[in-house]
Amino acid sequence: MRLRLPERLSFVDLILWGLRVAIVVFVLVGSYATLSQGVLGFDGWRTLLIVGVAQGSIYALIALGYTLVYGVLFMINFAHGEVFMAGVFTAFFAATALADSGILNGNPLFGLAIIFAVSMVTSMVVAVILERVAYRPLRRAPRLVPLITAIGASLFLQYTFRSLYGSGVRSYPTIEILTGTFDIAGVPIQKTQVVVIVSAILLMVGLYFFVQRTRTGRAMRAVSEDKDVAAMMGINVDRVISTTFAIGGLLAGAAGILYVFLFNSVSFSMGFLPGIKAFTAAVLGGIGNIVGAMLGGLFLGVLESIGPFLFLDGLGVPSTNQLRDVVAFTLLVLVLIFRPYGILGRKE
Amino acid sequence: MQKQLRWTAIFAVMLLALAACTNTGGTSQSASGSAAASTSASADTGDDPEAVCAADEFGCVEVADGDPIVLGTALVITTADADLGQDSQYGAHVAGDLRNEEGGVRGHMIEWDDQDDQCSAEGGTTAARALVADPQIAAVIGTSCSGAGVPAAQITSEAGVTMVSPSNTAPSLTDPATHEPFYARTAHNDKVQGAAMAQFACEELGVTRAATVHDGSPYAEQLQQVFADEFVAQCGGTITGQEAVAPTDTDFRTLLTTIAAGDPELIYYPIFTAGGALMTQQARETAGLEDVELAGADGMQSQTFLTTAGAAGDGVYTSGPDLAFENELYQDVFLPAYYELCGCDATLSVFHAHAFDAANIVLDAIDEVALEGDDGTLYIPRTALRDAVFATSDYEGVTGTLTCDENGDCADPKISVSLIGNGAYERIWPED
Repeated sequence: MRLRLPERLSFVDLILWGLRVAIVVFVLVGSYATLSQGVLGFDGWRTLLIVGVAQGSIYALIALGYTLVYGVLFMINFAHGEVFMAGVFTAFFAATALADSGILNGNPLFGLAIIFAVSMVTSMVVAVILERVAYRPLRRAPRLVPLITAIGASLFLQYTFRSLYGSGVRSYPTIEILTGTFDIAGVPIQKTQVVVIVSAILLMVGLYFFVQRTRTGRAMRAVSEDKDVAAMMGINVDRVISTTFAIGGLLAGAAGILYVFLFNSVSFSMGFLPGIKAFTAAVLGGIGNIVGAMLGGLFLGVLESIGPFLFLDGLGVPSTNQLRDVVAFTLLVLVLIFRPYGILGRKE
Repeated sequence: MQKQLRWTAIFAVMLLALAACTNTGGTSQSASGSAAASTSASADTGDDPEAVCAADEFGCVEVADGDPIVLGTALVITTADADLGQDSQYGAHVAGDLRNEEGGVRGHMIEWDDQDDQCSAEGGTTAARALVADPQIAAVIGTSCSGAGVPAAQITSEAGVTMVSPSNTAPSLTDPATHEPFYARTAHNDKVQGAAMAQFACEELGVTRAATVHDGSPYAEQLQQVFADEFVAQCGGTITGQEAVAPTDTDFRTLLTTIAAGDPELIYYPIFTAGGALMTQQARETAGLEDVELAGADGMQSQTFLTTAGAAGDGVYTSGPDLAFENELYQDVFLPAYYELCGCDATLSVFHAHAFDAANIVLDAIDEVALEGDDGTLYIPRTALRDAVFATSDYEGVTGTLTCDENGDCADPKISVSLIGNGAYERIWPED
């Protein structure tokens, strides 16, 4: 972040500078107070960090769906949280069947592969249908129209899945190879967290190379630059947009299963909050920017996990955990004030 | 002359009408007095229903000859906590069915209008508004969750509809300062439950350091506060922290890590099914909490909690109403009817008996205060119905001997603590 002092400070600049200083002071004082009390030892902070990274990598995977779609269509697909829910909720039935037949724990890799496949394919199909039915007919409409459609589609999907699968919370069967801890350099870490972080990194690296190195990836980048010129160059824009939604869906489906590794339960409304958080992460990183979405997700996850306790506990604020969302969304507002295009976003 | 006569006639008619007005006012005043005195003795000995209804501040529910008496329920029948509400709903319906088998109440069958309180303030508001909008609803059994009960009690009380809850336990609902006049409950007050859990923690578990977590609902917030106060008062225990989460939270790992830093021996989190199950699982994985006892309350006593928490649930203590009843009505009549109605072979949650008692108290009160008109219409005066419910005294119900106090606490509160083992609740305390 580059800050250059303007030659003459206007009133607004003055307020913004005051705000910046106030925030830095607040964060420093709060952190110092918390750390000096020494409530959490080194192990405690490390646990919080790992929790945050695991949670953040799930945000990042979902955020990629927002960012990819924004990249090609310049619209926010608010139904993406429901795409995430659709896959993992459907895969619940596959998982239960596999667990009942003994395959899940008898041949766990095969079982997990099927669960991932079901979730990813379902999310992909939902995302592609969503684009075809709800967004494509409105592509030439004013920008607010697809936004409202997206919100409508989000509610439609939520309540469709509610009537399909019921309103209750379902619990995934226990996957035995994922219980317990790994010892990594003498530090015990939950196996689920390791798997979540590693899988998320692999998926993100895979996506990066897909977008940078393949023909389809190049077509996506071309469409993102300019749809009309891309069409003149012989690129089938509709197909590229469908592919973008499909990839976003696949990532969301995978994120769903990783989410279940951490939280175990699914319900029809589970997509809403992760969806909003991932959207925040995408904006934080610079919407439309793939690396930005990854960074934004990780940053948000870690900040949510460590921030409230680090900044507020030392100041005597009780039960800081419930202020997690306050911290997260305050951050979003601040980033938008000081860096409207996000961490890695570019000016347009 | 003729004109003058006409004016006189009009004047006379007006005078008469005026006199009639004051007269009706007078008679209805006395009628209401006599109604209050005589309805309990004999309901159909010549009281004029129209006069009684006119005198009742909220009027009467009028049930035409041959029509059913309609009761409402406002219970949580969707979401993760659906077990809690469906359990109560079956309990209430069984009470209605048993009456219907015997010919109903005063010759009228009992029917139900079932609304969903969604275990939230919004759901409670919607359900209560829907029910009070229907003039045929004689009384309401609800709500399931105290959070829904707070607005629902206000709405029903403003409309003069008596509401009896089978499972609201938050102390504030029957606190004299905040009690709504038409609200009563057959569930225990959490002043009793919180104290019982504190006693269990001190005496049976022998713990001296405890942390509490609530989800911001009136139920959880007040219950953990009672527990915290009693835990300090009863055995000089230390509360290492009182934390809060949101009902929709899924990630408790950071919270649990900070709780572990306070080094508690017990975590008491009397929240609901979804959050409770997640917190149980994550507590089992959190470093530093390996030897910590976990305890919750009746919001976590449901079949869904057992399946959702899975193996992590084993070893969790939950307090709740003591269902070790020693009466034949429960074992031989109620339970078979309940199982048949729900098509299950285990009760879903723990407040079905309270719902059964609540419905019976309401139906008895209707039987007591209803008046029959000449055309066979049944008139149920609303205020009199409320008074009859609140006058319940030494009522032998399934859950014990029930007596309502002026703030609507009707329960015969008995609390037991269960330990989850092998995916089932096992009652372990008190021993008797």
